[in-house]
Amino acid sequence: MTTSDTYSPPPDRQGGTVPARRRLLGVLLGSSVLASIASVLYPILKFVLPPKTGELDTDSVVAAAANELAPNAAKIFRFGNRPGLLIRLPDGGYRAFSATCTHLNCTVQFRPREHDIWCACHNGVYDLRGRNVSGPPPRPLEEYDVHVRGEEIVVARQTRA
Amino acid sequence: MGGLLSSLQHWFEERFGTGLLAVLRKKQVPLHRHTLWYYLGGMTVFLFAVQVGTGILLLLYYRPSPGEAFESVQFVMTKVQFGWLLRGVHAWAGNLIILTAMLHMFSTYFLKAYRKPRELTWVTGCILFFLFLGFGFSGYLLPWNELAFFATKVGTEMMAAVPLLGDWLLTFFRGGEEVTGATLTRFFGFHVAVFPALTTAVLGVHLLLVQHLGMSVPPKVEVAYRESGDAVPGQPFLPNFLLRDLIGWYIALGVLAALAALDPWELGVKADPFAPTPAGIRPEWYFLFMFQTLKLLPAKLLWVEGEQFGVLVFGAAATLWVLVPFLDRNPEGRSGRVFTALGVVVVLYIVVLSVWGWRG
Repeated sequence: MTTSDTYSPPPDRQGGTVPARRRLLGVLLGSSVLASIASVLYPILKFVLPPKTGELDTDSVVAAAANELAPNAAKIFRFGNRPGLLIRLPDGGYRAFSATCTHLNCTVQFRPREHDIWCACHNGVYDLRGRNVSGPPPRPLEEYDVHVRGEEIVVARQTRA
Repeated sequence: MGGLLSSLQHWFEERFGTGLLAVLRKKQVPLHRHTLWYYLGGMTVFLFAVQVGTGILLLLYYRPSPGEAFESVQFVMTKVQFGWLLRGVHAWAGNLIILTAMLHMFSTYFLKAYRKPRELTWVTGCILFFLFLGFGFSGYLLPWNELAFFATKVGTEMMAAVPLLGDWLLTFFRGGEEVTGATLTRFFGFHVAVFPALTTAVLGVHLLLVQHLGMSVPPKVEVAYRESGDAVPGQPFLPNFLLRDLIGWYIALGVLAALAALDPWELGVKADPFAPTPAGIRPEWYFLFMFQTLKLLPAKLLWVEGEQFGVLVFGAAATLWVLVPFLDRNPEGRSGRVFTALGVVVVLYIVVLSVWGWRG
């Protein structure tokens, strides 16, 4: 099979070849190609990041009923999208904290015998004021306000002073 | 930039030899009045790549259970950034790929590209076509909407018409006696794993065969050049033909985006297995000719049930179609003319019955 002849550009008026025009076409073609690639990649990149679910930060929830918890017991409750820990102390009062460990975000639990809050992942220990007393957690647990309203135990985010 | 590319090339060549790139560099594409048909194979491969890409992206959000499938597609269409575009492209390209595959198949048929030594290229090509039909059928169910549910019910019902194996086939494809969530799970598995794996393997063989054997020149063109004593003129694949290929693919991408935007794919109503079958239910256009044929067959032909007869005839026809290279004894002579005539009959049959099925 014979191949087609390669194209030789005609000489310009000065007698040399014509690189400038070819270079311009190269620039135009190259930038068009880049723009096309960008117009394909941009929607793809926007697509792969999930849309915000639009949930507002929860301010307060009903965590439990009035006599649901015995003294020296606790429950995990939903605070928005995250877990919370409601503890009923031996004297009958309530405390509430975020149940997300400040170390690596495992969910903590109340230990009735040791009277503390424990994280099973790396043996982190918090006291009943939420302070990190042993193990890897670097910060205390976030504390919430607890209000008893009739038959409901309401847990609310602490108002910033 | 050029220096970097050539040193990379040198790095590879030192270790792996010149291999594939050398083959592609030497590849010539014959230039004659039928050269335009050569673009269809590449166009089909391009559309397949688009399907794989958009399919993988849709997998980031799709949930294959009856309780969530419809809602997840709805989520993609309404909430995810450019979700409408990617799903639209996937749905449209899924249709266009069947069209280009058909055009590619029929053009190679009429140009007799299947003659020796390219018989296996034809056979692998037919297998690929059946795989694409499988992709279309399985993918159609995934949004779990009313139309898809009933189309799948009707489509899988036909499997029961296969003699001996019918009931087994029906249960295998449905994952049970009826179309349920089990069917959706299976179809999902076929669509995203089984068919892609098979297609990759068969397509690999198909493409290797094409590279190894070179492009077929239609008999009449070959004869004409043989008589004149000249060689058939050619065009280098790299970069000439490939650049022309790229123009076609670029336009195709634009067409897909335009279709997704201007004629969006419907989502419809969520499937309810206990609702009556809606009026006007029909399969996708590429199954219409078979659907319409089955509608036309009488309830009984001789001692065979009408539907069973239809399925058997289609099975036999498909088998003969795959075997064409071995049946057409003399593609350049009388046998070739008979097969061309048969091909025309087949195309006319498909077109007429598809239109009938569409209007009817």
